[in-house]
Amino acid sequence: MVEILALLADGFGIALQPLNLILIVLGCSVGLFIGAMPGLGSVNGVAILLPLTFVVPPASAIIFLAALYYGAMYGGAISSIMLGIPGASTAVATTFDGRPLALQGLADKALITAATASFVGGTISVILFTLAAPPLAHVALVFGPPETLALMLLAFATFVGLGGEDIWKTIFSICIGLVLAAVGTDIVSGEPRLQLFGLTGFFSSINFLVLAIGIYGIGEMLWTIEQTAKAGGVSMLSRATVSVRRALAHLRGQLALWKATLMGSLLGYFVGILPAAGATPGSMMAYGVAKQMSGNPDSFGKGNPEGVSAPEAANNAASTGSMLPMLTLGIPGSPTTAILLGGMVIWGLEPGPQLFVDEKAFVWGLIASLYAANLFALLLNLTFIPAFIAVLRLPFTILAPVIFVLCLVGGYAPTNRMFDVWLILVFGFVGYLLRKLDYPLAPAVLAIVLGPMTEPALRQSLLMSGGDFAIFFTRPYSGPIMVIAIVLLALPLIRHLVRRYKTG
Amino acid sequence: MSVRLAEIVMACVMAAFSVYLMWKSAELNIGWIEDEGPGGGAWPFWLSAVMLLSCAGIAWNWWRRSTPLARSTEPFIGTAARGIVLQVVVLLTVVVALFDVIGTYCALFLFMLVYLAVIGRHRVRIALAWAVTTPVVTFLFFEIVIKVILPKGVTEPLFYPIFRFFGMGGI
Repeated sequence: MVEILALLADGFGIALQPLNLILIVLGCSVGLFIGAMPGLGSVNGVAILLPLTFVVPPASAIIFLAALYYGAMYGGAISSIMLGIPGASTAVATTFDGRPLALQGLADKALITAATASFVGGTISVILFTLAAPPLAHVALVFGPPETLALMLLAFATFVGLGGEDIWKTIFSICIGLVLAAVGTDIVSGEPRLQLFGLTGFFSSINFLVLAIGIYGIGEMLWTIEQTAKAGGVSMLSRATVSVRRALAHLRGQLALWKATLMGSLLGYFVGILPAAGATPGSMMAYGVAKQMSGNPDSFGKGNPEGVSAPEAANNAASTGSMLPMLTLGIPGSPTTAILLGGMVIWGLEPGPQLFVDEKAFVWGLIASLYAANLFALLLNLTFIPAFIAVLRLPFTILAPVIFVLCLVGGYAPTNRMFDVWLILVFGFVGYLLRKLDYPLAPAVLAIVLGPMTEPALRQSLLMSGGDFAIFFTRPYSGPIMVIAIVLLALPLIRHLVRRYKTG
Repeated sequence: MSVRLAEIVMACVMAAFSVYLMWKSAELNIGWIEDEGPGGGAWPFWLSAVMLLSCAGIAWNWWRRSTPLARSTEPFIGTAARGIVLQVVVLLTVVVALFDVIGTYCALFLFMLVYLAVIGRHRVRIALAWAVTTPVVTFLFFEIVIKVILPKGVTEPLFYPIFRFFGMGGI
């Protein structure tokens, strides 16, 4: 415990350096803005802006992106409440009660509730994170290739087990991500592999950012353009009365919401840790539980502040929770952390438990920055609520082309290849069509990031065992993880059979 | 095209792509190599096979109309949105094609101008202001701050004096 505190103190020494402090404030502000924009969430922000971070050292880069991740969780609530349109999928549950509050003239109350609940959720989860990360990393240090593969399989199995109706589309998405990660060169023999359509651009591997920017940048913008056109291009901004006296009264009122906020924080954190779950299901579950826990469930959906505080605490807590497996095991807990993980590889770091041994400054600087980012996001949010509302008035037809420019130029920056810009366009267009047909695309991004780690883990394990798959089940750590993964994979089938049995 | 039709068309296209990937993977050894473990093509081959299987699963659901998409008779892309989405797709493609010809910055200028004035229907003055600012900010950030050289096509010589001004004469 003393050691953790000492390491954390060192971390604060890094996080509070002037450059990092500026990046935290900048990251929070950009995140708030991106989160508040309908159609854009933390994952889009991190994917589009990652190429811009190559100019600073890795620790500063991840501090900036983690602050952005946090800021986006706060920001998502702003458009949920003011426009009635969730700024990001993580803020969908906030709309249920945030919007009715705004329509009752209590937009400031809803915004303050969202901000303080986010702060509490973020803080509780960072404390839990600080305590849990070192022991988990310590355990993970003994992991060999079979354990790594079991963890990867668990990450993919969570998508299948907890995914939506169409399991086939989830499986397809995972596999295509893994195949795209295999393009380039065979890691063992060094032979060229999968030179698709004879194009020389495929002689080197596909950078995960190309897929991420294509899907989350171009594809998502096309989707939003379509949705805006469908809605006739208008959105209704609520009126907000903001005054210091009202704000103080609302802040005092937060104490009454402690139960929902605490529950949201804890639930969000644990859901966030699960690979593939992330902040969206975390906030939805927190909303559901808050409603069940409440003495007055009928008031939910009609402007109950508990319906704002629970999901908002949960989505921030989940965003921290999802970083736990990313840092300690090298497995992302959400699409956003999948992209952060890919970023770490680009910065020359090897994600996983060894980070806690070799890159103490990086890890603890990041953890300390989460505390700072949380505080800054709260302060910025409370101070600049009127400014963010003004930004929401900026026409989408101006923002959209600016984001397209960022995607195209940002996609060129990491590799300096025009081929990658073309690939971004192709992935964007195809991703848009696939998304319209309900193909989940987050698994593909997760897979292209994890692919370069999954394949060597599988091949090395099989080489160790002479081709015997039993190696994955007979080792003390990989065995139980494999069993859980297989149960998750079988879950849709079990659900299907149960449903058929019930309907006779 | 209805959503239902789009669902099966996409499944068929993706199935064909999966078969292509299997065939490409098989250019390398997809079996077991003594002392080396699985061949280089095995991993993508079997993944592509699972992709093909998934497409078959999607087609099966489509045949039995067991998912909402497989039953939907609504248009795949509604008429209200079709025009604008198509315009954006064409504009993006043209702009990327122009990167190597007239250079990134001229292409971005045209992109912003056309997007704002034609698609966004903003006043020409506003469109021009954004069209000029965007490439300038992009240039300053990418070329001067983070030193990423973007394609300039025929406009390359025009940038020599600017680079000299910023003390980057060697580029």
